[in-house]
Amino acid sequence: MTTAKIRQLIERFTAKIDRPLLAIVLCLLALGLATLYSAAFQAPSRFGVQAANALLALALMWATAQVHPQVFMRIAVPVFLLVLLMLVAVMLFGDVRNGARRWLPLGFASIQPSELMKLAMPLLLARYFHRHEAALSFREFAVAFVLLAVPTAMIARQPDLGTALLVAAGGFYVIFLAGLSWKVIAAGITAVLASLPILWGVLHDYQRRRFLTLIDPSSDPLGSGYHIIQSTIALGSGGITGKGWLKGTQTHLEFIPERATDFIFAVFSEEFGLIGATILLVLYLGLIMRGLMISANAPTFFTRLLAGAITLTFFTYAVVNMGMVSGLLPVVGVPLPFVSYGGTSLITLSLGVGILMSIQHHRALVQT
Amino acid sequence: MAELKNLRRELHYFQLRLSVAGALVLGAFAILFGRFFYLQIIQHQYYDTRAEDNRIAIMPIPPNRGLIFDRNGVVLARNYSAYTLELTLSKIADLEGTINALATLVDIQPRDRRRFQKLREESKGRDNLTLRSRLTDEEVAVLAVNRYRFPGVDIKGRPFRQYPVGEVASHVVGYISRIDDRDVERIEESDQAGNYKGTDHIGKTGLEQSYEGVLHGTTGFEQVETDASGRIVPRGTDARTRTPLAPRTPPQPGNNLRLTLDIRLQQVAERALGENRGAVVALEPSTGGILAFVSKPGYDPNLFIDGIDPANWDTLNNSPDHPLNNRALTGLYAPGSTFKPYMALAALELGKRTPNQTIFDPGYFMFGNNRFRDDKAGGHGYVDMYKSIVVSCDTYYYTLASDIDIDILSRFIGQFGFGSKTGIDVEGEFVGVLPSREWKVKRFKNPAQQKWFPGETISVGIGQGYNSYTPLQLAQAVATLANDGVMYRPHFVDYVENPISGERSYVEPQPIKTIPLKAKNLEVVKNAMVGVNKEGTGARAFIGAAYVSAGKTGTAQVVALSKNEKYSEATVAEHLRDHALFIAFAPSDKPRIAVAVLVENAGFGARAAAPVARQVLDFYLLGKDISKPIPKPAPKPAPKPAESAPAPVDDDDGED
Repeated sequence: MTTAKIRQLIERFTAKIDRPLLAIVLCLLALGLATLYSAAFQAPSRFGVQAANALLALALMWATAQVHPQVFMRIAVPVFLLVLLMLVAVMLFGDVRNGARRWLPLGFASIQPSELMKLAMPLLLARYFHRHEAALSFREFAVAFVLLAVPTAMIARQPDLGTALLVAAGGFYVIFLAGLSWKVIAAGITAVLASLPILWGVLHDYQRRRFLTLIDPSSDPLGSGYHIIQSTIALGSGGITGKGWLKGTQTHLEFIPERATDFIFAVFSEEFGLIGATILLVLYLGLIMRGLMISANAPTFFTRLLAGAITLTFFTYAVVNMGMVSGLLPVVGVPLPFVSYGGTSLITLSLGVGILMSIQHHRALVQT
Repeated sequence: MAELKNLRRELHYFQLRLSVAGALVLGAFAILFGRFFYLQIIQHQYYDTRAEDNRIAIMPIPPNRGLIFDRNGVVLARNYSAYTLELTLSKIADLEGTINALATLVDIQPRDRRRFQKLREESKGRDNLTLRSRLTDEEVAVLAVNRYRFPGVDIKGRPFRQYPVGEVASHVVGYISRIDDRDVERIEESDQAGNYKGTDHIGKTGLEQSYEGVLHGTTGFEQVETDASGRIVPRGTDARTRTPLAPRTPPQPGNNLRLTLDIRLQQVAERALGENRGAVVALEPSTGGILAFVSKPGYDPNLFIDGIDPANWDTLNNSPDHPLNNRALTGLYAPGSTFKPYMALAALELGKRTPNQTIFDPGYFMFGNNRFRDDKAGGHGYVDMYKSIVVSCDTYYYTLASDIDIDILSRFIGQFGFGSKTGIDVEGEFVGVLPSREWKVKRFKNPAQQKWFPGETISVGIGQGYNSYTPLQLAQAVATLANDGVMYRPHFVDYVENPISGERSYVEPQPIKTIPLKAKNLEVVKNAMVGVNKEGTGARAFIGAAYVSAGKTGTAQVVALSKNEKYSEATVAEHLRDHALFIAFAPSDKPRIAVAVLVENAGFGARAAAPVARQVLDFYLLGKDISKPIPKPAPKPAPKPAESAPAPVDDDDGED
């Protein structure tokens, strides 16, 4: 084979891959693995597991990128119904871990259907609005809200506030981008604010405590305030340059809880400081801006809505996680995208990036 | 065309929405960056300190407690290190089961369980409690092998206090025991809280208590790195350590005490008392240094160190013999006839009698309608001052007392330290009662009882009545008399020695005062006391002594007899029988030792107390021990199981 032929082969192989997106995802995965190596010093096997997860995720991303957006639209409804069915199954006979019923045993593995809903929801709503693109009235938006509310409520009751929040956000982004009237948005915000006291009554005790400790972490320094106190100490003590890789005292003396998963950003910031945190912010910003660009240039209403919603879900992930770790937001179980340890969220995320790539690649094909 | 326009407008509308979302994204990221900037730059110093506080803990390093030696360097209190079995309650689910399982591996006696139970009740909140101390090597080995079976069970090496001579001089040395709530209060009041971090034990009685500040030493400190669960990260193994830990501040060991006490003399005196209850105080008249300080019965101070178990405590605390009482320091007794030499001196100094003036003793003294009886039926006939002391004639002193006003008498006698604290260097001495009008007004509330009756002075004159003094005061008084009125502060500690530099600070022999006494008067009284041991009431006890001694017997009534009742040892309950007393010093011309002996409920001083004094003087002056041969010491430190057998004392057991 000639070099030209090899180059041709590589070009064909990577033809549908968006270079900027890939570069950003690779950077995030690399930073994530490096941080995990430090954070999981007590369970070194996690590094290998996560590296394998990353390879799997990249493969899935590539595969998804090959799929034509039309296919996504076609499978949107069946996928949504399937995931909804799985959520019902979880409610009936799911596994209980850490006091929450989130896992569905499949014999060979357990999966969290709620995680899949993060993609199924935008798919369905994007398709719904695409179908009714010609005449979007108040009625369509109302239906969309109902479609969004049912699975969100089911997930929130597991309880899994973090995932419910992300699913709700993903769905809402579709509705918002589809052109929900500003008046309704304003009215909705007012209504939410007004119903806060009622919402408060619905929350679990531990959820309420998380909000309270956000306002004053020292009110419960050994209980739910402990996470926030220790992670802010990790961040603050990191300073500008950080303590250096593998040298975070908060990390290595085990003061940071959940340091491989939800609180991995505390580890990262302790060891790499403000410089590292800024690099991470820039990477996420790049990912999001690229996603919004893809959305803006997407050929159909469906692809525009889907790309926009997926991108904004990434944004929600990043902001909620970093806000929580730095003590700005209450503690909800949201991982740091592409960085936190954990296979399920990594797969969901890479499927999302794959969809973005597919939309970006096929924009011209459709327009012509 | 319209449709295309519409599409374009829609696209424009969509992109507007996207821009709004993009602005939201930028805004949120700006807030996040602001937060990071705030935490990592503005508040960096604060959080850095908190992170350091998280990881660095200050570990106290308790100092070694100072040792206590007798005047010849015999160890009376020492430290050794041994293994203890400690339970961390929070890590043990089934405490009873764990203890039972441990009992199959090591020797756990019911008394260990009781003590553990008591410890648990007393130290609420303490998580770490000792189940067994002083494990044998075999037990340590067995436990080490089976340790994985017992989470929350630890073997720790700890320093232990030991009193090798056990019961001997137990009241003098005292003991240390676990710090309790009251100790904590005292430690905090004296601003020593920092110095007692890491210290479990504190002196509770005797020298251990009174010299706590000298013996304890200064606690050292060490910075250690701990993880979130409080485990210490071993030094040097941690590559993660960012800033090096501060160097270790080593502890300063406590100072050693070198006593004036001679433990062999102490042992001789204790043996001489036999099974009797009583007290012996011997001191050096020219310095005030205590040579022997006995209170019988004693107790084994080793029992208290780890917390005494309830059975032993009940035995000690409820014994009718009150072994825990320090009789020499806090026992109050009428001096009986040992008071007479001071009375005689008062008579001479106050000009109430001349040495040669005689009275006739018919065997009683009439005061008004009251008849004061002499010991000897029929009386002693004509009695001058010399004879009054040698034969201990009560009538002579009845007569004398009736001639002296109680306040004048009290002022004179008080100069010898009767009824006031001696200032000895252990805590808790009692004051006693030196009767006077002023004392009586203070003592009684009822005005009718506050009046001093002249008849009461008569009883005081023979050392009875309200008189009540500690054996220590009796010894100090006779030492002052022996020393011609020059009084020293009695003290146990000769010097305090720094174990590292060897620097010594002496408890300087300092005369408190000199009582102005005429030499010829002193001569009369001392001469009469020599007569006591040569031809008087003490003669039998001192027959054949190789030195010239001066003494005075005393027999103190425990119960007052009615006028016509005759005291008979046989008919009176044991604890109501008379106390036997004896005071002495020797050699009479240049006294090296003064001694006061009290034997409770033993009857006549001449018979029960004087022989004890003889043995003490013999041993001290001649090195002669007529009580029993002292056995050779057992091989050195015996950190053997459970009890620590009191090691006998010998010269060879020099200081180290």
